[in-house]
Amino acid sequence: MSPIVKLLAQRIALSLLLLLLISVVIFAGTIVLPGDVAQSILGQSATPEALANLRAELGVNDPPVQRYFAWLFGAMQGDLGTALTSGQDIADALSNRLWNTLFLAFWAAMVAVPLAIFLGLLAVRFKDRWPDKLISAVTLASISIPEFLIGYVLMYFVAVKLQWAPSVAMINDSMSLLDKLNSIALPVAVLTLVVLAHMMRMTRAAILNVMQSAYIETAELKGLNAFQVIYRHAFPNAVAPIVNVVMLNLAYLVVGVVVIEVVFVYPGMGQYLVDHVSKRDVPVVQACGLIFAAVYIGLNMIADIVAILSNPRLRHPK
Amino acid sequence: MNRHMQYLASQAAAGKLSRRDFLGKAAALGFTAVSANLLLSTAAKAAGPQKGGTIRLGLQGGSTTDSLDPALVTNTVGLMVTRLWGETLVELAEDGGIEGKLAESYEASADARTWTFKLRSGVTYSNGQSVTADDVVKTMERHSGEDTKSGALGIMRGIKDVRADGDSVVFELDSPNADLPYLLADYHLIVQPNGGNDDPAAAIGTGPYIMKSADMGVRFVAEKNPNYWGDLGNADTVEIIVINDDTARVAALQSGQVDVIDRVPPRTAKLVDRAPNITVHSTSAAGHYVFIMHCNTAPFDNNDVRMALKYGMNRQEMVDKILNGYGTVGNDTPINASYPMYTELEQREFDPDKAMFHLKKSGHDGSILLRTSDNSFPGAPDASALFQQSLSSAGIKLDVKREPNDGYWSEVWNAQPFCTSYWGGRPTQDQMFTTAYLSTADWNDTRFNNEQFDQMLVAARGELDVAKRTQMYADMSTILRDEGGLICPMFNDFVEATTDKVDGFTAGIPGQVLMNGYAASKLWVKA
Repeated sequence: MSPIVKLLAQRIALSLLLLLLISVVIFAGTIVLPGDVAQSILGQSATPEALANLRAELGVNDPPVQRYFAWLFGAMQGDLGTALTSGQDIADALSNRLWNTLFLAFWAAMVAVPLAIFLGLLAVRFKDRWPDKLISAVTLASISIPEFLIGYVLMYFVAVKLQWAPSVAMINDSMSLLDKLNSIALPVAVLTLVVLAHMMRMTRAAILNVMQSAYIETAELKGLNAFQVIYRHAFPNAVAPIVNVVMLNLAYLVVGVVVIEVVFVYPGMGQYLVDHVSKRDVPVVQACGLIFAAVYIGLNMIADIVAILSNPRLRHPK
Repeated sequence: MNRHMQYLASQAAAGKLSRRDFLGKAAALGFTAVSANLLLSTAAKAAGPQKGGTIRLGLQGGSTTDSLDPALVTNTVGLMVTRLWGETLVELAEDGGIEGKLAESYEASADARTWTFKLRSGVTYSNGQSVTADDVVKTMERHSGEDTKSGALGIMRGIKDVRADGDSVVFELDSPNADLPYLLADYHLIVQPNGGNDDPAAAIGTGPYIMKSADMGVRFVAEKNPNYWGDLGNADTVEIIVINDDTARVAALQSGQVDVIDRVPPRTAKLVDRAPNITVHSTSAAGHYVFIMHCNTAPFDNNDVRMALKYGMNRQEMVDKILNGYGTVGNDTPINASYPMYTELEQREFDPDKAMFHLKKSGHDGSILLRTSDNSFPGAPDASALFQQSLSSAGIKLDVKREPNDGYWSEVWNAQPFCTSYWGGRPTQDQMFTTAYLSTADWNDTRFNNEQFDQMLVAARGELDVAKRTQMYADMSTILRDEGGLICPMFNDFVEATTDKVDGFTAGIPGQVLMNGYAASKLWVKA
């Protein structure tokens, strides 16, 4: 087996092990959560009889270890159980929500990643001159403002005043792709503004770091223009840290957009999770936790693998 | 000429003449665009409901954990959706009385123990089956059975037996109850095929609409039921979108993505109303924001302490600052003018001297702890701070402890001796008192235990003479006001808004949200 395949296999195995450990943490965490699912479902309109009936039906009294293994084996086979509150199959309900979240994250990434890298390169090209300073100022300002505020501001001007895009980002199956894109235009814009600065700054810093190297000087001396130097020589060597920060931001786009989902009424995973946490619907919370963990670990694993592949020293370890 | 204009306007309102043509002809007759437009809108109202189009509502309160099962409905979105596809036996009428829905008529025996509801004939469910008396019996059994989770269980308790008798349904009660029709108007008690025992969340009912898609906590779409027996349902399609965020809901209305929203935040309602195409509707209601003391826990077991706190409450300030004027002052009883047999009692005013007097008399010393949270009612922490200030001017020290929203209803409300909370209204005094002030009530959240009050409640329930009953309820309210553990500073209005795309909004039944939940089927889209 070539060392590279071995290295990748190791990475993947480690990720799976990590996921397994996280599943234990998630399960334990949800078990020790205070509160009572039956009370939460019935709210203020709970009578003692109704509570007792519901608790018995939900069967929340089995020993935890037994419940953990039952849950784990179910999850491995794609069976995440049924929601306590609505009785729906979690995998069914989640797949729809997850798809929506990924749809939004995908388009936000499609806009944000190329834009961030392009702006980063531009900032390096005009280092310490006005384009660099302008890009830095704008992106840092947008990352500093709370995302819900950016959301409200855009909503007021773009949706209410100019009426260019809808303020409610509601998507459903009967819409065409173009309708859907129009519908999510505002949340995509907000998410782009939020993640742009981080990726842009990292791109700029990583490339500037490489630019100090002797081989860049060589490239310059052999007569390449500035963009070519950056693109052909600096960028490939700076790709590992950039991919790392891109992946972190992609993970954020999937798991961290609850606020944006609420503001724009987007039917994604975040709102689904929050609703179920407040109702103490433990199986759904566990399923969401597991999926979020898998997304995080998966994206970081990809970042690691890209870093290994792009770095000859890691590809051929001594 | 004027008559000719009116004729043109009615033609335009009926859609036989386009708006543009109408305005053109009006201009030719020497009318300005403003007066012509005014005439047109008057004609449109006079023309009455128009059929067709889509009504879109942006509502607060839905959650992904909801269910279509009417027994499990707990929020406005659930109520509105249930009203689309299902119907109860009877319904509240706009004059405060009762009107028949699936029941055509009803009658009570002289002792108000046996009630007979005659079903409307020829009504079918959206799946084509006919409604039978047996379905009604099964429905009532499902909501009152031993293992039910129904939110209507509490009000079903006094019913001993329900049986079918031809095309009638007969209810036998444990004790006389003149209010049974009000109880049966409860929105949980939707009549379903076989009582909903087969598939409670199938959304098959007799309502004016048929559910086309239901995405819990997100979006609901319903289309007109072509076989509906009544005259409800103007729009062809109803779309309900759940928008829990206040700002987003208002923005959706302003940008025209929805036509109707509920719960306009009182703070911004006046600003929203200023927009030319939006009207804000304020409906006085029976819902109220409360500070509740346990009458059996020290120091609140001393009525002088309770009176001191009641006199230390500045009610008008609460209405002005917490409700921004969208509400009315309370009088330490849960009853206001929204109730059918209401008598006005002398209004209790903010009086620091009396508060001080009662506190001294009680002999209580030291501070009093109030627990509050954001979700106990909107602005509750602010209201608690105001209360703290008004009490301090009477020399009473109040400590306010802010509790987390999460778990407030299980850990604090109905558990801790003094906290903030809210109550939705009930259609009758009997229900309100039975739910929360009878000494044996599950939700007796003030631990109120007054034998005389309990006896009067039972006596009033069986009293068919309205004048006597009215007097009894006035006496009971007085007892609560002067001895109860309830400090009720304010009744909150329902603040709702519509765009000029729809018409037909009325306050409807006093104390009920969104035209008693019928906004979707009673409003119409203007042509």
